[in-house]
Amino acid sequence: MMLRRLNYTVLYIVLALLALMVLYPIIFTVFSAFMTEKEVSVFPPPLFPHHLYWGNFAKAVQTIPILRFLLNSLIVSAAIMACQAVTSAMAAYAFSFLQFKLKNAMFLLYLSTMMIPWEVTVIPNYLTIKSLGWMDSYQGLIVPFMAGAFGVFLLRQFFLQLPHELFDAAKIDGCGHLRTFFSIVLPLARPALSTLCVYVFLNHWNSYLWPLLITNKPTMRTVQIGVAMLQHEEVMAWNLILAGVSLVLLPSFLLLALGVKQLIQGITAGAVKG
Amino acid sequence: MSAQTQAASRKAQWKEGALGYLFLAPSLLVFICFLFYPMLRSIYLSMTLTDPRGRVADFVGLDNFKDLFSSGQFFTNLKVTLLFVLLTVPTTIIWSLVLAALTHNKLRGMKAFQFVFSLPIVISVGTGSIIWSLLFHPTAGMLNYFIGFIGISPISWLADPNWALVSVSLMTVWMNMGFVYIVLLSGLQGVPDDLYESAKIDGSGPVRTFLQIVLPLLSPTLFFVLIVSVIGAFQAFGQIHILTKGGPMDTTNVVVYSIYQDAFINFRFGIGSAQALVLFAIILALTVFQFKVLEKKVHYQ
Repeated sequence: MMLRRLNYTVLYIVLALLALMVLYPIIFTVFSAFMTEKEVSVFPPPLFPHHLYWGNFAKAVQTIPILRFLLNSLIVSAAIMACQAVTSAMAAYAFSFLQFKLKNAMFLLYLSTMMIPWEVTVIPNYLTIKSLGWMDSYQGLIVPFMAGAFGVFLLRQFFLQLPHELFDAAKIDGCGHLRTFFSIVLPLARPALSTLCVYVFLNHWNSYLWPLLITNKPTMRTVQIGVAMLQHEEVMAWNLILAGVSLVLLPSFLLLALGVKQLIQGITAGAVKG
Repeated sequence: MSAQTQAASRKAQWKEGALGYLFLAPSLLVFICFLFYPMLRSIYLSMTLTDPRGRVADFVGLDNFKDLFSSGQFFTNLKVTLLFVLLTVPTTIIWSLVLAALTHNKLRGMKAFQFVFSLPIVISVGTGSIIWSLLFHPTAGMLNYFIGFIGISPISWLADPNWALVSVSLMTVWMNMGFVYIVLLSGLQGVPDDLYESAKIDGSGPVRTFLQIVLPLLSPTLFFVLIVSVIGAFQAFGQIHILTKGGPMDTTNVVVYSIYQDAFINFRFGIGSAQALVLFAIILALTVFQFKVLEKKVHYQ
């Protein structure tokens, strides 16, 4: 018993150290964001800010158009999220409840999209967006991602698990497919839809390469590109840079806090399927 | 069945088919325009020379591929990519597996540890790279400050050709561990509890139980994580673009970064497409290989 208690103590100490290691870059970011310029300019900087200094956030917002970046990312990620929810739900409904010619072939075609990597499609897509005149536009950032096979599979899996009696009853009541889709399936699919939404939103909030290629104007940049540019502002003090980084991380943390269950469900759904 | 009802049911069938394709239409349209068409166009582009606006100037057949394979540069980049995969994938999986094994129990406070170890999942490549570029700073970075405690002299992490790839890998492991940890932890939670009990009764210690009983049951999850991580590592771009730009002396110039440089900085879309296709073929071959060789060892329930 003594030995076991000792074992547990050792386990807690080891875990606490490991947690500190994993957490340190985030702690460093958040604490530095609250330090004054004087505090960060000494080496080594203090581990804790002496008091919470909010001025960095105001200054960061004034120096770079970070609010504009946040707005752009919010518009783009939210639009992609909404579009993917709609297109995926429609396709998943067709694959789950409708009979049509070449259904299996179409399903394989959808599966095959998961095999096409971005490095192969990125050059032609860039040229397409350029020739459409969509550089530096929301369309250019949104349209290529309005559908995704992952969402179709996730929702199809969920639809197929819904009780069959429900649909037989709806059919007997003379409920057509459109009404079944809107008034039975979609409301029931809310858990799976929210999983998909959290997953897609976070993915596109974090996306780096595509916005880097498609946007040049500062007013069209998304947060990830905007925050990466901070690094080149030689005049910028670290506390300002990290205040900017904290602002960008804030929505992700909020989303994680609110939707951690959904996110993990989404990831593990992918894991089980894969 | 009368001819009339037959006709009616055929009409209903046709209507359902039309509705099916109507429901597929939006996603199908996006896939055609932004996945299938670019895939084919990529193959065509790889056999051409283009002007900076992407218009085809000349059809050169397989010359781009010949150039690639006869230049040492491409093989150097490929070697760097493979090294990056080897530095990041096993490390991330083993590290996350250890953390998952240590936190998979019903002791008090484990939820908090689980949350901490999942946290890096929200870190994007943009923010993560910026944070680490400050940590890596040769004179004012905290990393050199910490290793000073254990008597190691300062390292110029990103600027030293011997350390640059290791540094980028370190940051990548940290960034990717959240995802791998979450997947492995939920895999562990799928292992039935009574298995631990009966192993204990049989006198097997925790380490042996884990290695001999839990690990085989976890192998499908590990296999999934391995496949996804290898594919992801081959495609890592953001951290290299922000932290090292392929340098110093090309020691971090992975194939994906060289595609970016060729296509979007030098506007040589043909050679860029050729590299992308070769990389795609390599990833595909490796994935097939893993399925053929490793999947036999995977224990599906």
